[in-house]
Amino acid sequence: MAKPVAPRKEARDPLRMVTLVAVLVLLAALPFGAQLFELGALTSFATRIVILAIAAASLNLILGYGGLVSFGHAAFYGVGGYVVGILYAHARWNAPIWGFIPGVTDMAITLPLAIVICGLLALVLGAISLRTSGVQFIMITLAFAQMIFFLFVSLKAYGGDDGLSVRRRNDFFGFDVRDDLSFYYIALGFAVLWFWFMARLVNSRFGLVLRGIRQSERRMATIGVSTYRYKLAAYVIAGMGAGLSGALMANYAKFVSPDMLNWMQSGELMIMVILGGVGTLTGPAIGAAVLLTLESVLAAWTEHWAVILGPLLVLVVLFWRGGLNGLIALLRGGRRD
Amino acid sequence: MSLVIEQILNGIQLGVALFLLAAGLTLIFGIMGVINLAHGSLYMTGAFAMAWATSKTGSFWLGVPYGLAAAAIAGILVELLVVRRLYARDHLEQVLATYGLILFFNQMATIIFGRQPLLLAPPDALSGFVTILPGIQYPVYRFAIIVAGLVVALGLYLLIARTRIGMLVRAGATHREMVRALGVDIRLLYTFVFGLGALLAGFAGVMAGPLYGVTAGMGEQILILTFVVVVIGGVGSIRGAFYGALLVGIVDTMLRAFMPGLLRTFMAGQEADALGGGIGSMGVYFLMALVLALKPKGLFPAHG
Repeated sequence: MAKPVAPRKEARDPLRMVTLVAVLVLLAALPFGAQLFELGALTSFATRIVILAIAAASLNLILGYGGLVSFGHAAFYGVGGYVVGILYAHARWNAPIWGFIPGVTDMAITLPLAIVICGLLALVLGAISLRTSGVQFIMITLAFAQMIFFLFVSLKAYGGDDGLSVRRRNDFFGFDVRDDLSFYYIALGFAVLWFWFMARLVNSRFGLVLRGIRQSERRMATIGVSTYRYKLAAYVIAGMGAGLSGALMANYAKFVSPDMLNWMQSGELMIMVILGGVGTLTGPAIGAAVLLTLESVLAAWTEHWAVILGPLLVLVVLFWRGGLNGLIALLRGGRRD
Repeated sequence: MSLVIEQILNGIQLGVALFLLAAGLTLIFGIMGVINLAHGSLYMTGAFAMAWATSKTGSFWLGVPYGLAAAAIAGILVELLVVRRLYARDHLEQVLATYGLILFFNQMATIIFGRQPLLLAPPDALSGFVTILPGIQYPVYRFAIIVAGLVVALGLYLLIARTRIGMLVRAGATHREMVRALGVDIRLLYTFVFGLGALLAGFAGVMAGPLYGVTAGMGEQILILTFVVVVIGGVGSIRGAFYGALLVGIVDTMLRAFMPGLLRTFMAGQEADALGGGIGSMGVYFLMALVLALKPKGLFPAHG
């Protein structure tokens, strides 16, 4: 019999607090370190990691905590990006969308809009997908993502296959953030906020119900929880997080294309989650950092990096369960639940 | 009218190829409980091996056994080295490990054969056109694919419904634990089923070569469509895979063929083509969402 466990007060663990503060200080100081050691591209690279960590953390909410293996998370990531791209395009053309919605180039509006639109999209897609479970759920989420992928490929007005370029990064509440340094801090700020939100969420009653559903949905249903609504709420929140990440990425890369919606992108997000450790708070960030670093190290070495990454992934799955966070927990002598 | 019949035949031809892939995928899932994303890679392996052997020997017919053998051997190796360790794992780990295999297979194909698609001509015996109905010509090669696919489907049906090993496969699909408890060497059965699935995928790949060309990544384009088939038909059900494949093949082909023309009646030509193509590509996913919304287990659920 499992003993009832009170929610762990993870934030009050002193070692965790110290580590957390140290990591935050390091991240904040990173651009200065990059300048000091003349690693110019490092800040830009770290921006990508920070942005993708938001998407991975949102996927981790449903995949790690809720046990819902979504293979279509790139749909929300890509749509978030396209919200920024399309609003920018209309602002530049000076042509309102459908004649009455003006284009926008300020993150104060584009980011919330991306989040809301992705949330609504997740509400619709989730309402249908969550009627299924197991392998059908994996495949229906993949299928919906493909649908959206093909939709944007066919929208020639927004570039179709070639995508849209966002020539000038969005302003941030009227401030110009064209330089990579200020954009890094904006991305970092959103990531910290999102991870803080995730930490609060998974340790709340909502998060506990979600974890309960992962362990046994039938048990949760039996004790009177309407599991469908919880799963749908989690799915919507996850969609919003991916939308935020995509909107930031569109600003960072100054470009959106159907590649953001590709199913390989969904696969990469899943890899980040599993590399870092499924169902752990910091796992997605570690996973994003490790995967992007691995990719760029291998890519610098050979153009055929996938030939190494693929088998590496197989080995990680086969022999190294729990991801990097599992390893850290193991070294600390702890045990994952 | 003749165009409609021709497109229906094209749909059946795509459906037959999808069935060959879906049958293996659905068997592997139904019996071993494994989601094999690398199934498309086995299809690609068959196509590449066949293209390579054909260019070396100069004969399409000598290329075919190479393609089939390569796919089956690759499948058995994948089962022995990787998939065997995934049977007891959850879907997430199966998806990721087989995703890793996709990366490997695709990149390997690029390293060995380059990025240019390999183009194959159909053999002389299967080139040209056949008259199906008075006034309606259809390419012999596509027609041969339909016939060959249906023959294989029939053979698969006989194998599963009429032989001892087929009985074990059916039993494994419905009562896995019971089969094990009765002393059947389940590991051998698993390897056999996986190899059979790989062989069917290889056969689909061999036939696809002359139609679409052989490229790295060709497996994934059709793999996702195959997933749609498996889910629409009902995971684990071969009968479902057959009807699902024909349905998806025909719907996909018809939408792609006629949607742009339909839209062009009230839109500008170029935009209609693009949007029509998009809707054509999206159509089967709509179909899948519709089926799952109404029958979450698919049209022919395998388990009750």
